[in-house]
Amino acid sequence: MAALDQTQVKEGVDQETVDAVREVGTYKYGWDTDIEMEYAPKGVNPDIVKLISEKNEEPEWMTEWRLKAFERWTQMEEPKWAMVHYPEIDFQDQYYYARPKSMETKPKSLDEVDPKLLATYEKLGIPLKEQMILAGVDGAEDAPAEGRKVAVDAVFDSVSVGTTFQAELKKAGVIFCSISEAIKEHPELVKKYLGSVVPVSDNFYATLNSAVFSDGSFVYVPPGVRCPMELSTYFRINAENTGQFERTLIIADKGSYVSYLEGCTAPQRDTAQLHAAVVEIIVEEDAEVKYSTVQNWFPGDENGKGGIYNFVTKRADCRGDRSKVMWTQVETGSAVTWKYPSCILRGDDSQGEFYSIAITNNMQQADTGTKMIHLGKNTKSRIVSKGISAGKAQNTYRGLVSMHPKAKNSRNYTQCDSC
Amino acid sequence: MALPDVKQSATEARLATLRMPEAGCTRDAREAALARLRAMGLPGRRDEYWKYTRPDTLISPEPPTAEVFHTDEPMVFDGFDRLKIVFVDGVFSPEDSDDLTLEGVSIDRLEDICCKDIHWAKQLYGVLEERGQTPVQRPLAALNTAFAQDGVAIHVTGKPSKPISLIYRHESESSDAILHHVIRVESGAEVTILENGPAAARFNKCIEIDIADGGTLHHVRAQGRDHQRRAATHMFTRLGKESVYKSFTLTVNGVLTRNEQVVELTGDDAVAHVAGACVGDGDFHHDDTVFITHDAVNCESRQVFKKVLRNGATGVFQGKILVKAGAQKTDGYQISQSLLLDDDSQFLAKPELEIYADDVACSHGSTSGAIDETALFYLRSRGVPAKEATNMLTLAFLAEAVEEIEDEALAEDIVSRLEGWLARHS
Repeated sequence: MAALDQTQVKEGVDQETVDAVREVGTYKYGWDTDIEMEYAPKGVNPDIVKLISEKNEEPEWMTEWRLKAFERWTQMEEPKWAMVHYPEIDFQDQYYYARPKSMETKPKSLDEVDPKLLATYEKLGIPLKEQMILAGVDGAEDAPAEGRKVAVDAVFDSVSVGTTFQAELKKAGVIFCSISEAIKEHPELVKKYLGSVVPVSDNFYATLNSAVFSDGSFVYVPPGVRCPMELSTYFRINAENTGQFERTLIIADKGSYVSYLEGCTAPQRDTAQLHAAVVEIIVEEDAEVKYSTVQNWFPGDENGKGGIYNFVTKRADCRGDRSKVMWTQVETGSAVTWKYPSCILRGDDSQGEFYSIAITNNMQQADTGTKMIHLGKNTKSRIVSKGISAGKAQNTYRGLVSMHPKAKNSRNYTQCDSC
Repeated sequence: MALPDVKQSATEARLATLRMPEAGCTRDAREAALARLRAMGLPGRRDEYWKYTRPDTLISPEPPTAEVFHTDEPMVFDGFDRLKIVFVDGVFSPEDSDDLTLEGVSIDRLEDICCKDIHWAKQLYGVLEERGQTPVQRPLAALNTAFAQDGVAIHVTGKPSKPISLIYRHESESSDAILHHVIRVESGAEVTILENGPAAARFNKCIEIDIADGGTLHHVRAQGRDHQRRAATHMFTRLGKESVYKSFTLTVNGVLTRNEQVVELTGDDAVAHVAGACVGDGDFHHDDTVFITHDAVNCESRQVFKKVLRNGATGVFQGKILVKAGAQKTDGYQISQSLLLDDDSQFLAKPELEIYADDVACSHGSTSGAIDETALFYLRSRGVPAKEATNMLTLAFLAEAVEEIEDEALAEDIVSRLEGWLARHS
């Protein structure tokens, strides 16, 4: 926090704000877990893509889908238009797959679970009851769920460690599992929706993600169901020189409702690490999805050493009439953020909202914003973005509001402030 | 980095049709500009700054033909006492022009400068254009610097008694005009520059304006009524301490117009206003691209752009304010608005702010909408016929941009042009 201490605070900025920014600027999750890992060889090529697919025991159509994406990616150029500067990324000098060795076979009892893995979740502040489930212990799901009801899917480097409250959610008809599980258990849903919002060829990072995503979360809320609890995914990057490529697919069928929270942290390391995620949300008629992110990847030290390069593609497709999506994001981490959660307002009377707070400090750079694509009649969108920069950090808001000819009587409200 | 093949071949194809004139003291600047152009290539559809405007017809080896438009109506600024400098299809016409002597100003033809080895314009020709190439590339301006066929150098040392009026006549259906003017306003001097006329079938024009400390330049431009003309214009302006630059552009019709304004506030307390009103009907594409750099303390900049569009016309606004570190107390304002008179027209706006100083006020706004039904109803309920009421509200909408013209008589003349357009097109 040297940078902020040396910075003269401007008149009119109260102490509370200064303390808040300072608090945010101190990274509490920078420790790492010394755990035996299994890596795929460094670099990315068709063999690695096949290997990831194999490790996840995927059907052939999925492997093909990935290979096509990889083929496409090799023809693409890295985008340079964002207001972020970072050294050239060597995409062949990264691990694309890393999982704790102990996860090779699913542990059957608490004794079998690697205590270090357990300790990691404890340290991250995830309640013990849940932690048993997170560690993948069979039987823990039957333990009464006390306190706050939040179902969690925890992703550790390349693999999903476990998903809580699956049974209880199942009773309501909600499917909440890792995407690797969904590919095996619900191929018809995955086939239908995967890549339908963010196409394979969407952009450089999304295409790379399509080829090498290792895990992530899958949610399906059936028609008319109000998801009985908050759903949450916790992403943790632990291994060094490892890129994390997770894929999230959320489908809210007609008249359903779900609220989803995503959190992420990573250890403090000297070398920068790559994170390129894709989130796809499908909102059918009268359905509503709330998606919140607390992004707290390691931001690098005050000299800009290390940190996560966060290149994320998030998009919601309000397909049905009167559907609604709300993005809320708090961006405090990452050395470089490149992220534009967007809404395609296809259905008539559909609504999209985007609320963002981006706080950058030291050498952090954030280029973030949203796209509101109005296609249907009477569609409404609302954008509120706040950027706070301290130290030598940079913050950019980049937004697009597009009203197509059929979007009669549609409205947008945009407000963006910087401090 | 090597240019993509498509870009390189398009650039070379265009260059093959151009010839660098006798250059004299502008030779070095022209050759440097040609090297710049070769390095960046002519604009293509995939360039971010040409995303909303297709550059194809502006860079093609030959211009698409444009029918010459005839009218008996008096030209804009006709009633004003002014010093007329006339170009016909991009070539200076001494017989149509006034005598170029006027107290407080000296005017030289570019052709004459190009015969000399020493001239003040050498210090300016291509200099501001080159500065304006970063951070955004403007290849058509580099092409202009390298190949400009004609133009004038205006050196303002006092306060000339009347405006200097640059008139661009269009007589040939296939003319491809490239004009380059340089204007230097000395400390404490003040001048008004008027520009009007369609110029050519295709017009590439560049003006470099250097305003010294305490100097003032007013600029009012009316781009001609020819329906098929195409134009790409650049104005590069550098402002010294306490200097003032106020520019207004009216565009009526024209199948394709791209007006770029690149303004750099380098002296403290300088003021720059750029404004534009455009009215388009049918096959009309109008692009205002503005880049204002604040690089001094306590400067003010204003951008006011209004577009009225109908029958599938397209309006584009790309406006940027860059506040450099240290440019404290900057007051930046930007508004871009469009009135879409039907469902087929579109307005594409990209406002940008980039700020590296922490004690500044910068605001921007952009709207796009139809005529206010409530206001229309109010007027109609007071007995105003629908058509007249629509025109009244349209004119009121455009007024905010026209009000940026300081000289009331000039502003009135512009308003009468707008009224004429509305009468013809409603």
